[in-house]
Amino acid sequence: MKQFIIRRLGYSVLSLLLLSLTIFFFVRVTGDPATLLVEPGASEADIAAIHHQFGLDRPLVVQYALFMVNLLRGDLGQSFYYQMPVSELYLSRLPNSLLLATVAMSFSLLVGLPVGVLTAVRTGGFWDSAGKLFTLLGLSLPSFFVGLLMILFFSVFLGWLPSSGSGTVWHLFMPAFALGWYFAAAHMRLMRSAMLDVLGSEYVKLARLKGLPQIMIIGKHALKNALTPVITLAGINLVQMINVAVIVETVFAWPGVGRLLYEGVSFRDFPVVQGVVILGGSMIVIVNLIVDIFYAVLDPRIRLEA
Amino acid sequence: MSTTTESRLLAATLPSRFSFVRSRDFPLVPVAILGVIVFVAVFADLLAPHDPQVGSLAARFRPPFWQTGGGASYLLGTDQLGRDVLSRLIFGARVSLVVGFTAVIFAGVVGTTLGIVSGYLGGWVDQVIMRVVDAWLALPALSFAIFLAAIVGPSEMNIVIILGLVFWTRYARIVRGEVLSLKERDFVRLAVVAGCSKWTIMRRHILPNVVNSAIVLASLMLGVVIIAEASLSFLGVGVPPPKPAWGVMLSDGKQGLMVGYWWLTVFPGCCIMLMVLSANLLGDWLRVKLDPQLRQL
Repeated sequence: MKQFIIRRLGYSVLSLLLLSLTIFFFVRVTGDPATLLVEPGASEADIAAIHHQFGLDRPLVVQYALFMVNLLRGDLGQSFYYQMPVSELYLSRLPNSLLLATVAMSFSLLVGLPVGVLTAVRTGGFWDSAGKLFTLLGLSLPSFFVGLLMILFFSVFLGWLPSSGSGTVWHLFMPAFALGWYFAAAHMRLMRSAMLDVLGSEYVKLARLKGLPQIMIIGKHALKNALTPVITLAGINLVQMINVAVIVETVFAWPGVGRLLYEGVSFRDFPVVQGVVILGGSMIVIVNLIVDIFYAVLDPRIRLEA
Repeated sequence: MSTTTESRLLAATLPSRFSFVRSRDFPLVPVAILGVIVFVAVFADLLAPHDPQVGSLAARFRPPFWQTGGGASYLLGTDQLGRDVLSRLIFGARVSLVVGFTAVIFAGVVGTTLGIVSGYLGGWVDQVIMRVVDAWLALPALSFAIFLAAIVGPSEMNIVIILGLVFWTRYARIVRGEVLSLKERDFVRLAVVAGCSKWTIMRRHILPNVVNSAIVLASLMLGVVIIAEASLSFLGVGVPPPKPAWGVMLSDGKQGLMVGYWWLTVFPGCCIMLMVLSANLLGDWLRVKLDPQLRQL
């Protein structure tokens, strides 16, 4: 177990290193980073000053080392637009993102799990076809289109819900639905296949032979075991949601991390863009690590395999 | 060797090369929709009634023809600059298709090549490639694409490269897995005994056997890539504005939404949806048809 954790930790550190290298590399390779680091319309002298200040006139290896030292100190640079450190800005937006992601996740699980179980229990029936249609739509309808359609229907035609902003419970409905929609389809699909796996196993057959009622077999024996992979995926997806939310947050003007990324892009605020991507990527790597270790604790087969 | 006899037998039982079109589960409607989109994209210059990039300010915000105020000259209405929505949709199909297909092919070529090399050579090459794949898969795809687009600036060419760079990892993963099992098969071992070079084996023996999976994955990726392109355009870092891309149209239409100019949002959105839906349905069918191993995907 110890060995597994150490090796898995090594992979994560490697992933983070590669991630920082990738970002460093692309910024340097695609042009002069100084033009990204100064505010638009800066003079030649300003650019030269930036070159010196950030050590852009030094060898690449030294530059990367500097970049990493700053990263490890939690220094992601200063936002031009907000005139404050990017890390602070990010943390101030994170609670909003988490709130939206949590509500969206609850919605996706509330829809995805029951429908997934139903389609697995009644394969080939009405629910199965309905579930298939639902996943297809979930994977094919882009979230911004769902969001815009909802604004059109609920805000413009019916006037029931506010079209943008945050503050009340009502503001959460549409963004959470638009964001959770795709994930509901993904969770449903996984729930269905996990459930089918479990329902074909020996111990469920035994439970049937014992003469247990269907509801007991599904609710008590099968569901419990089928839930493990789904909950794992949900954990990973919660972090994914924070990162994918950029579109939905833009549509609904929800003040989260995704909206911050959009603002960074539209104000040409490069440190913000870079910071959001680095922090988002790191979060995914760390959550994947936690989930893997957690999984290995639950299921000894995994640590033996790896 | 058994595979050749098998395929010969299979070929003998098939009445004709195109008999699959008549089979019961062939996705006729999605293929027809994709066909129409391709047709429209190719003949956009002939089909579009107006110039997609030039409008007349006198004819701003005209509704579709069936609503009061709409007319036959602008069948699906006009936008905030008086440009014809129908013409923009028609030319937008071209942008979506060109960007979608080239990005999928670019990602596919890079991913498949690296997947084959990684799987067949093994050792440290495999380790390096797979660690890079892992790290890139950890990157949030959309944010990473936005980050890249923000650095290099918006253009169609850049979008293709960016989407290729973001999505090649998925091909590499799946292709590598296939290669690992192919490598142990008799025909590859015989090729080694016959003295084929590693390069020849990868090209002549491995590649043809993973092409099916790559094609299936490509058809499934088409929808993902088209949505990604539309998302980038929607956020203003995709196809640059005067060009009629569906994502740009949606983002323009957003401003008129609250005033009730619904046609600026609903039509381009429906186009994206139809195209992605068709691509996904076709991909699903191909998956079942071509590649039994991928059915679990």
